[in-house]
Amino acid sequence: MIELRNINKIYISDDVETQVLKNISFKIDKGEFVAITGPSGSGKSTIMHIIGALDSPTNGEYFLDGNDVSKLSDDELADIRRNKIGFVFQAFNLLPRATVLRNVTLPLVYAETVPEKRTEMAKKALLAAGLDENRWYHFSNQLSGGQMQRVAIARALVNNPSIILADEPTGNLDTKTGEIVLDTFQKLNREEGHTIILITHEYEVAKRANRIISIRDGMIVEDRNNF
Amino acid sequence: MLISDLIFETYLAVTANKARSVLTILGIVIGIGSVISMISVGQGAQSSIQSSIQSIGSNLILVMPGAQHEVGPGASLGRGSAETLTLDDADAIQKEISGVSAVAPENSRRYQVTAKGQNTNTQIVGTVPAYTSVRNLDIDEGSFITDEEVKSTARVAVIAPTTSSDLFGDGVDPIGKDIQIKQVDFKIIGLTKSKGGTGFGNQDDMIFIPISTAQRYLSGDNYITTISVQAQDQSSLSSVQQQITDLLLTRHKISNPQNADFSTLNQADIVQTASSVTGTFTILLAAIAGISLVVGGIGIMNMMLTTVTERTKEIGLRKAIGAKAADINLQFLMEATMLTFFGGVIGVILGWIISLAISKFAGIATTVSLFSIILAFGVSATIGIVFGYYPARRASKLNPIEALRYE
Ligand SMILES: Nc1ncnc2c1ncn2[C@@H]1O[C@H](COP(=O)(O)OP(=O)(O)OP(=O)(O)O)[C@@H](O)[C@H]1O
Ligand SMILES: [Mg+2]
Repeated sequence: MIELRNINKIYISDDVETQVLKNISFKIDKGEFVAITGPSGSGKSTIMHIIGALDSPTNGEYFLDGNDVSKLSDDELADIRRNKIGFVFQAFNLLPRATVLRNVTLPLVYAETVPEKRTEMAKKALLAAGLDENRWYHFSNQLSGGQMQRVAIARALVNNPSIILADEPTGNLDTKTGEIVLDTFQKLNREEGHTIILITHEYEVAKRANRIISIRDGMIVEDRNNF
Repeated sequence: MLISDLIFETYLAVTANKARSVLTILGIVIGIGSVISMISVGQGAQSSIQSSIQSIGSNLILVMPGAQHEVGPGASLGRGSAETLTLDDADAIQKEISGVSAVAPENSRRYQVTAKGQNTNTQIVGTVPAYTSVRNLDIDEGSFITDEEVKSTARVAVIAPTTSSDLFGDGVDPIGKDIQIKQVDFKIIGLTKSKGGTGFGNQDDMIFIPISTAQRYLSGDNYITTISVQAQDQSSLSSVQQQITDLLLTRHKISNPQNADFSTLNQADIVQTASSVTGTFTILLAAIAGISLVVGGIGIMNMMLTTVTERTKEIGLRKAIGAKAADINLQFLMEATMLTFFGGVIGVILGWIISLAISKFAGIATTVSLFSIILAFGVSATIGIVFGYYPARRASKLNPIEALRYE
């Protein structure tokens, strides 16, 4: 259960204040499939980072499963990221000079999953993300943008997190591969009850979600159900 | 994070950028290797000079004619030109001073020595039987000069090994052979054992004859060039030295010690002077080596700082997928430790090899000391670990988004 209350994010650089998020408040229940849309620079990624316990708001409160995230220590935040959240970055953020498999198994290293199980879990995640098997042993910086995106998705899925946060997960994918990824998300949501939040520009993608939140200039302009 | 993962991650990180790792290790290797080899040369010189000083005798006080002068290593104990010491002075020291175990006066000069067409120029030491105990001299074959021979001004000689092989060739038994010193015939009755000394007070290139013979046939006077006095123990060394000074001042009727016509020198002073000089030498070498250690250290520092800064993004990514700050710290600490450890071990081995090579090919004695190993290893390990760990620790405290955005 995710609850944001009056979240503000202000960046200050060279005495210029940029307010990126303005009084954002919403609730997302367990098992929801939510799409966040909005123009470029409207603050979508910023919200997502806050939800993912990767960044902290300037002020406001964020409750995750009843805990006030702003009061948690650095290590407790790491626990949340490791155990509850799978994050697909807009910029992928893969480990360069490392194979696809190693990238996907990296979260399992920090989760202290027994080494014998890791490869199997990684392969399952890679299949779910739609990446061809003949790319699994390539270095991540030898992949196309779309292939990197699928590695990033597989990495988010590998630890079977209850919340999946995906920032433009299909932005670099053709329609067909995009469909595979979205099917995976939908399946995880429907069959296993995972909470999915994804950011997208495309109406076709947003349509797949049960709820669409629209952002403009750091404010929520629309929050509607989509059945 | 599991230990096996930590080791594997470290291995991957170290091998991922081989050039960087090799350069870091190289910096450490050069720093440590040079410190160890340079200090080994310094300490080797120190111990070889000390052992050569020890080889001339123990608890020794040397009394020489002429005014007091400074002694440094390498310089011979220069004789004063004045000839002011006599055999009576030596006898008086023996009889009147307590704490003296033996006294050996000498009349030593360099003369031309010939034997069967071979000739050499060497130190001829006219002395008494006590010389062997005072100067730690051992006889290899035959015998040393006896009191009888001193009394009878016998023309007998005891030869040291280097002089013997100069005159007769290597491995030839010199006993019973005849030599001429300053055209005077002598018969060789003994051969001394090699002391292996070089330079300072080399006792392997000498001929010993009775002092009376030296005075009568060679120098033609009654003066003596050195009185070697052996004190009973180390602690009485300076009191014996003082007593000798007082006695000789009285005997020579000199009231102001400043005008003394002789000088005394005790072995402890010689050792101290020599070791203070070799100490300076070692410090000089250590300073040069220290500079390379610092340069190496700056290299390590630079490498570590750039690696960590370069990998701030990676740190952000690792944190984003669930790494704790401690996991990050541990990984970088391990990397820094691994690099400095390998560099350190190779550096120690290299330093050791270099110092062995120096002593083998340049003939300079070297001593690799544990102290230099610990010093060199400690300094570079500290630098490596501090500069590998500290920036990583700072980066691991950033929130993941800030770290990921870092350029
Ligand atoms: N570190 C920062 N300092 C100052 N401004 C920042 C910083 N990070 C983000 N911003 C600003 O915050 C705003 C929102 O950025 P954000 O990445 O959330 O946009 P977005 O909605 O995800 O856009 P896009 O669709 O292009 O990904 C942007 O205007 C950006 O310039
Ligand atoms: Mg964005």
